Amino acid sequence: MLASERKPQGFDFDLCKRNDWLEKQGLKTLKPWSTGTTICGVVFKDGVVLGADTRSTAGETVADKNCEKIHFMAPNIYCCGAGTAADTENVTGMISSQLELHRFRTGRESRVVTSLTLLKSHLFRYQGYISAALVLGGVDCKGPHLFTVFPHGSTDALPFCTMGSGSLNAMAVYESGYKEDMTKEEAMELTKRAIRAGIFNDLGSGSNVDLCVITADGAEYLRNIDMPNPRTFTAVPAPFKIGSTPVLKSKDLPVPSLETQVTVETTATAMDMS
Amino acid sequence: MSRWSPYDLNGGTCIAIGGEGYCIVAASTRLSTGFSILTADKSMILEVNDKCLIASAGFDGDRSQLHKVLTFRSENYEHFHKKPMSCPAMAQMLGNTLYYKRFFPYYTFNLCAGLDDQGRGCVYTYDAIGSHERVGYSCQGSGKDLVQPVLDNQLKAPSILELPPKVAVTSLSQAEAIETVKIAFSAASERDIYTGDAVEIFILTPEHGVQKEILPLRRD
Repeated sequence: MLASERKPQGFDFDLCKRNDWLEKQGLKTLKPWSTGTTICGVVFKDGVVLGADTRSTAGETVADKNCEKIHFMAPNIYCCGAGTAADTENVTGMISSQLELHRFRTGRESRVVTSLTLLKSHLFRYQGYISAALVLGGVDCKGPHLFTVFPHGSTDALPFCTMGSGSLNAMAVYESGYKEDMTKEEAMELTKRAIRAGIFNDLGSGSNVDLCVITADGAEYLRNIDMPNPRTFTAVPAPFKIGSTPVLKSKDLPVPSLETQVTVETTATAMDMS
Repeated sequence: MSRWSPYDLNGGTCIAIGGEGYCIVAASTRLSTGFSILTADKSMILEVNDKCLIASAGFDGDRSQLHKVLTFRSENYEHFHKKPMSCPAMAQMLGNTLYYKRFFPYYTFNLCAGLDDQGRGCVYTYDAIGSHERVGYSCQGSGKDLVQPVLDNQLKAPSILELPPKVAVTSLSQAEAIETVKIAFSAASERDIYTGDAVEIFILTPEHGVQKEILPLRRD
């Protein structure tokens, strides 16, 4: 097939020219939701723990108080996303579906390096314009694996890692508390503390803690395992008194009597069932 | 290349409500820059005397300098006139002080609130360069976009259809006004990342002078 005959793939850039023109006319460009985020992960004796906060921000306002930042990739692989919410959701979704097709074709469990390669080659192709900073973790035939993926497509394989605006807070906890060959409970507790450090010290992160524990026996998604931010004051404003809205004018209309309105349909015939 | 700026925005929200026989001034205590919290416990409110308070949101450096200048001038006034400055007098002086720095402003957004000579609540609201107006209630700072519409809905004339509009001085009781302030702050701390940790609530009455209450807020 000739290159010119091939169907175009990827993003639709049709409106770029129009948007350039609008910007020159003084239109402010739209600002996407960005997940000012704390995400992290750690390898323990027989698996991986991933953690995330649940706040999604648009500038200085909280857009979602309880969003999900740990995305499904495969039954044995999950991925935390920081950056632009739309990018992290779509990039993990696209790669997840490719992995599923690959599983159907090969009849084998997905491997973490496969999803890593798919993610990084997709991100590298778009030169960092897809703002997805990821923490990828899973357990496959080669054991537990943990990776970070940067928006430009570079990756690291690490025993513990953090991402997002709260990455420094979470990393401080990991650096002080990490040990080799931790038990599942130790790894969960450490990750919980790392996320809480982000929640309380980074304004871009907040609300609750989500964890995902992956071992050879499968994945455990622990949604809102910790909810350290209850409302401190609850009251509902008193309802307005009846009559608060003044009647400016009124007009009475006579209600027509029902008998004159209803006409019985007598011409209806039975439905033709032949 | 971006040039160094002498200004910063340290977040925080303040509210003042003036009622018949009381005045309420409240401000959050979180001080932040960018995505970091500088401290969870910083007052934005200056107690000028037991008839007048000033709450300032915006840049903390300019706020502390402004409060220093205002304290100095109000003490001077007391020595000259043998009486504390009234709230309307303080309000005018704050306007003058801000406008004096018209072309290198104090980057602060102020509320001057207290009790007038009749013992009624009074609230003055400002921009950074001294334009001001007496109102029944007002709100300044990072959470004002969230809070001001709620205050308008709760405290203004019961219906926008009412013509002429009712006087803006709220008809709420003191307890109802305090509750409205608490609702406003707990709601603002849910959605504004710069409002949180705690809120200081000052209650001014002719009988009891200045009373202070602290409500904890979300810390995330």
